[in-house]
Amino acid sequence: MFVWLFFAIFAHNGFLSIYGVKSYLQVSSEIGILAVGVALLMIAGEFDLSIGSLIGFSSMSITLLTIEANMPMPLASVLTLIMTIFIGYCNGLTVVKSGLPSFIITLGSLFIVRGLTIAVTKLITGRTQISGIDESSGYDFMHSIFSSSVKIADVNFPVSIFWWILFVFLGYFMLNQTQIGNWIFATGASKESSKLMGIPIRKIKVSLFMLTAFCAWFIAVIQVTTFNGADVLRGEQKEFISIIAAVIGGTLLTGGYGSIIGVMIGALIFGIVKQGIIFAGIDADWFQVFMGVMLVSAVLVNGSFKKKYIHEF
Amino acid sequence: MAVLKKSTFMNSNRLDLHNIYKNFGNVKALKNVSMSTNSGQINCILGDNGAGKSTLVNIISGVFQQDEGDYKINDEIVSFSSPMEAMNAGISTVYQNLAIIPIMNIYRNFFLGQEPTKKGFFKTFDKEFATRTTIEQLEKFDIKIENPKRAAGTLSGGERQILAIARALYFGAKILILDEPTSALGVKESNKVVNQIISLKNQNINVILISHNIEQAYMLSDKFFIIKNGDMIDQFEKNQTSVNDLRKILGK
Ligand SMILES: Nc1ncnc2c1ncn2[C@@H]1O[C@H](COP(=O)(O)OP(=O)(O)OP(=O)(O)O)[C@@H](O)[C@H]1O
Ligand SMILES: [Mg+2]
Repeated sequence: MFVWLFFAIFAHNGFLSIYGVKSYLQVSSEIGILAVGVALLMIAGEFDLSIGSLIGFSSMSITLLTIEANMPMPLASVLTLIMTIFIGYCNGLTVVKSGLPSFIITLGSLFIVRGLTIAVTKLITGRTQISGIDESSGYDFMHSIFSSSVKIADVNFPVSIFWWILFVFLGYFMLNQTQIGNWIFATGASKESSKLMGIPIRKIKVSLFMLTAFCAWFIAVIQVTTFNGADVLRGEQKEFISIIAAVIGGTLLTGGYGSIIGVMIGALIFGIVKQGIIFAGIDADWFQVFMGVMLVSAVLVNGSFKKKYIHEF
Repeated sequence: MAVLKKSTFMNSNRLDLHNIYKNFGNVKALKNVSMSTNSGQINCILGDNGAGKSTLVNIISGVFQQDEGDYKINDEIVSFSSPMEAMNAGISTVYQNLAIIPIMNIYRNFFLGQEPTKKGFFKTFDKEFATRTTIEQLEKFDIKIENPKRAAGTLSGGERQILAIARALYFGAKILILDEPTSALGVKESNKVVNQIISLKNQNINVILISHNIEQAYMLSDKFFIIKNGDMIDQFEKNQTSVNDLRKILGK
């Protein structure tokens, strides 16, 4: 199902050079890292629309703590990680305690977090963009971990691509090879049956909300070290894009099924299309149209997929 | 018919309820209900809609606790705060609609919540063991599965019920509660399940069955408990009653 999509697009962009490969892998890797967390949460039957705003929050918090509070950047990053994961924990707790759709709860936190990030940043600095973090202590260390590059065939491949591969591997391992993975599938497939079998569905959901928050923080650090600072609007629409990547990769919107490898391909398609359109010289507005069409087709295909109960792995 | 050889059962697994009361607000769902069931028997609870059968069974399986009265297993007073606790004590329930998860595969369903893990640091899900054991255990119930990676939703209705029963037994159930196990099944599927329920007697299981189908219940069961409006109005051994008697009492 993904394969034909993949080749349809790949053939179209077959002329891409190794530089092209790098450029779409870079785009794919950021979406891909987010999509691993997002897909696992979706398989457990929940959505997180707040991750885009969490990227904005995390990147701004790291930058402010480093530049305004004079903290070493690694310390600022760890403190921010704790705050970000705490927000994820609050999202999860609100969802499982209220029993309301996570779609609505995290839509709320999207606005709360984004609004607070903008308001607090303006209050402290009077601006919405801050740069110059590269002069801070610990920046080089953070940069080397999150944004350095590896030279292959004369092209510098950003290290985020290798992080992406690691996230995919760990996500795949957890979902397919462990007990927790089986519980994630079951939680999303049937809450009631899972509860009767003694599966801690609340713990699973809350942990996965914390995982998506972690992924958002990870991307924030990559962005801060790539762009040498932060913008309160960072991460906008990333929540939708990562859901699209997950759905194109075969994750069921209703939960209970998904594949991390599929999601990786989803993120790859996203990067190929996005950069391919630029390379082909087509107006970038068409990208949105294309992604929309892909999303709807993927949902239609996934729907028939569920009806046939093809859940063999 | 294949017979299980799991030799860990106690000689008897007796369940006693003494003067149980349960209210839901103003609704007196159970009033002074006493009953006793033993292993190697099929015990059938009969009654109209709303009589209190599910309430009774839910107390046994740990979903609710009684307001008054004693619940004993092998003469020891017990109290379960969740179905999990009851399950760990050997009391399992097979729910008609929630027994299995259709979009998950057969072996993942069989081991759901009690996945076997490989030795070693990572404790990975031992799928080979799970696959093999699922095939073996289902064979004992006359179900041949070539590919346990199939979605459980592709099993027939009867096979799904039997899968849930096989799973409960594999994980040590000694008292097995079946809430209308055949009501959604056609005749053929229903017969498959009935045959397997009868085979549970040889394995010394204490089976508690809720049924609306009087003929089938009579054919299957050794003991009958009749509930009406929350009262236990009658109890019979099989030789003390007949299909017609039961029908009359239940007004059908
Ligand atoms: N959780 C609950 N809250 C309030 N009332 C309840 C609850 N569960 C059961 N009841 C009431 O208790 C009475 C007995 O219900 P119960 O479900 O035990 O009947 P039943 O014999 O299982 O019926 P059926 O054959 O329809 O399944 C009914 O009047 C029902 O409305
Ligand atoms: Mg009932």
